[in-house]
Amino acid sequence: MRFVDEYRDADRAQTLAAQIAALCEPGRQYKFMEVCGGHTHTIYKHGIEDYLPENVSLVHGPGCPVCVIPMGRVDDAIAIAHEPGVILTAFGDMMRVPGGSGSFFDAKAAGADIRMVYSPLDALKIARTNPDRRVVFMAIGFETTSPSTAMTVLRAAAEGIGNFSVFCNHVTILPAIKAILDSPDLRLDGFLGPGHVSTVIGCRPYEFIARDYGKPLVCAGFEPLDLLQSVLMLLRQLAEGRCEVENQYTRVVPWDGNPRAIEAIGQVMRLRPYFEWRGLGFISHSALRMRDEYAAFDAERLFDVPGVRVADPKACQCGEVLKGVLKPWECKVFGTACTPETPIGTCMVSSEGACAAYYNFGRFTRQRLTEAVRV
Amino acid sequence: MTTERTADWAERAVAEAEALTGRESGRLSPEQQVLARIERARRRRPRIRESRVTLAHGAGGKATRTLVEGIFVEAFRNPTLEALDDAAVLRPNVDRLAFTTDSYVVSPLFFPGGDIGDLAVNGTVNDLAVSGARPLYLAAGFILEEGFPVADLQRITASMAAAARHAGVQVVTGDTKVVQRGKADGCYVNTAGIGLLERPVTLGTGHVRPGDAIIVSGPIGDHGVTVMLARGELDIEADLVSDTAPLHGLVAALLDAAPGVRLLRDATRGGVATVLNEVAQAAEVAVVLDEAAVPVRPAVTGACELLGIDPLYVACEGRFVAVVDGAQAEAAVAALRRHPLGEDASVIGHVTADPPGIVLLRTAFGGTRVVDLLVGDPLPRIC
Repeated sequence: MRFVDEYRDADRAQTLAAQIAALCEPGRQYKFMEVCGGHTHTIYKHGIEDYLPENVSLVHGPGCPVCVIPMGRVDDAIAIAHEPGVILTAFGDMMRVPGGSGSFFDAKAAGADIRMVYSPLDALKIARTNPDRRVVFMAIGFETTSPSTAMTVLRAAAEGIGNFSVFCNHVTILPAIKAILDSPDLRLDGFLGPGHVSTVIGCRPYEFIARDYGKPLVCAGFEPLDLLQSVLMLLRQLAEGRCEVENQYTRVVPWDGNPRAIEAIGQVMRLRPYFEWRGLGFISHSALRMRDEYAAFDAERLFDVPGVRVADPKACQCGEVLKGVLKPWECKVFGTACTPETPIGTCMVSSEGACAAYYNFGRFTRQRLTEAVRV
Repeated sequence: MTTERTADWAERAVAEAEALTGRESGRLSPEQQVLARIERARRRRPRIRESRVTLAHGAGGKATRTLVEGIFVEAFRNPTLEALDDAAVLRPNVDRLAFTTDSYVVSPLFFPGGDIGDLAVNGTVNDLAVSGARPLYLAAGFILEEGFPVADLQRITASMAAAARHAGVQVVTGDTKVVQRGKADGCYVNTAGIGLLERPVTLGTGHVRPGDAIIVSGPIGDHGVTVMLARGELDIEADLVSDTAPLHGLVAALLDAAPGVRLLRDATRGGVATVLNEVAQAAEVAVVLDEAAVPVRPAVTGACELLGIDPLYVACEGRFVAVVDGAQAEAAVAALRRHPLGEDASVIGHVTADPPGIVLLRTAFGGTRVVDLLVGDPLPRIC
């Protein structure tokens, strides 16, 4: 398939792997965090770690939109869904995320009308075709998805669609990265920057990471060769004693991002003073809510949401996994009490969650896998 | 088809009733003539007049008879069925039978390359075929929603009849229920099938051992992706048709060429990945797949890439997975490729001892990963 196969070429991967190995100082351990859940998924799906030397390890970051949704917000959404006449719409990934008392799937089985959509525009379409129902879109995600939510609200306003609203759970990536950098229990050598988020915000906002924290960042694409090349670029910076923000994903990411998308977000949403992140706790200025001008489209104001904070289950170590402090398999309940079938934590739910990716694709030591394949 | 205007119908009915007046009428009294006409009318082959299925069609009375004889018997015509007894009486002269059942709830009912009708025939035929049986008889059960268009039902039964003819099976018994509007989604079909085990082969996970080859009979995922796109919820168009087809001929060709076939499975719900996980777990072996060797059409790869689905989990309705003695893999693939339904048959992997119960994939990129069972269905209601 054109525009895909080129970035999955095994021969080029071999070349990059050799260059990566040549740049690694023997005896030194390298730890890079891939911020984005999409990267985590690619790494496991294609078996990228097979191309990395023993002393280069990838640490999974907080950039999985589903994983960072706290249980209380799931409960709020379910409460909205049970209101009379409501159709709650959500991305498929949200359906199995456990709240304080069950998931969207459980609520659906109990009679709530919850439907999966691929985009907020699909939710708007449902609102148009069901004028006697109140259609709520469960908006989640980083700057990758907030522009499409904003554009949908703008369109709903322009068309005067009064039965559509958004339950806004959009978060912003920079405060989360900062929280990780400020966390004392993690030593990182650099970051693979979130490519999709960067198509919107560009590369400039990451400059503080290199300047103030002395960590290099390479904005990385999502195909396997993108990731290998980005690792190579990070190692090259370290080898040459540089510490910069670089853009590997130039075919998609402009240095200054997408001003029109940023403008749309700003027009419809503003920063919340603080927001709870699953496992990470409250982070200030880390999420978005609807502006007063668009109160008519704000489900949080239209419905009486309980807004109760639900503590994460004690056994769940999603916070440590999201911060990259623990590898998924180091979590106490990984793969036993917490499985993709009965997830306790969010990291086990989304295909972008580190635990789900590791459980589904990466289980077993690399050595055992490679030996089996070689036979 | 719209419901005929009552006035038109009445006129036509009068004309038909008059035509029933026989030559002997001159010898009968007027009353006797009327009674004779009624008797003849009662014996007429029932013809369904409504354009939509009503609750009366499921009530067991005359309307049901009209539906059964006017549609089902008409489509599936054979002496066993025409007896319309409570049970079909069959006389197979073998000592081993294969017996299976499957229900079909696909949405939409009609999709490129097929519909719920041929799916219901081929699906059950294939369950028999991969057991090594020669499919012979089917039972068909219909659950219809009040208001379901009769024309659609006729279209479904016509394609079932065509699929049955093509597969060499007879629909010998059946049942119909009609449920209230809103209590079902148009039409559900259940088929049960009986096949004869004439070959001495025994297939099963118990025969699988390290060194065996994994073969698929053709490109995977066509059916699942076709049905998904036919729903029109995604603005994606692709030049794809369902792969629904009866596989017993292809299975026979394989069994003739490779007596070392250990196991056959049709790769329906959950796709090739799910089938192989079941094999790996039941046989306590590892299955190692080579991603680059798995035949997938570019349109399927493209759609899956956009939807974030792995083709290995997408259903086929006309493909099977075979585990074959490694030494006979080449002969098996050659035999499959000589058959029109097996042109793209390929060896996609092999069986090893360790790690038991696991399916591994050597990715096209050159990495390795686990291919696990999915929790849910990425594409619900595709069969």
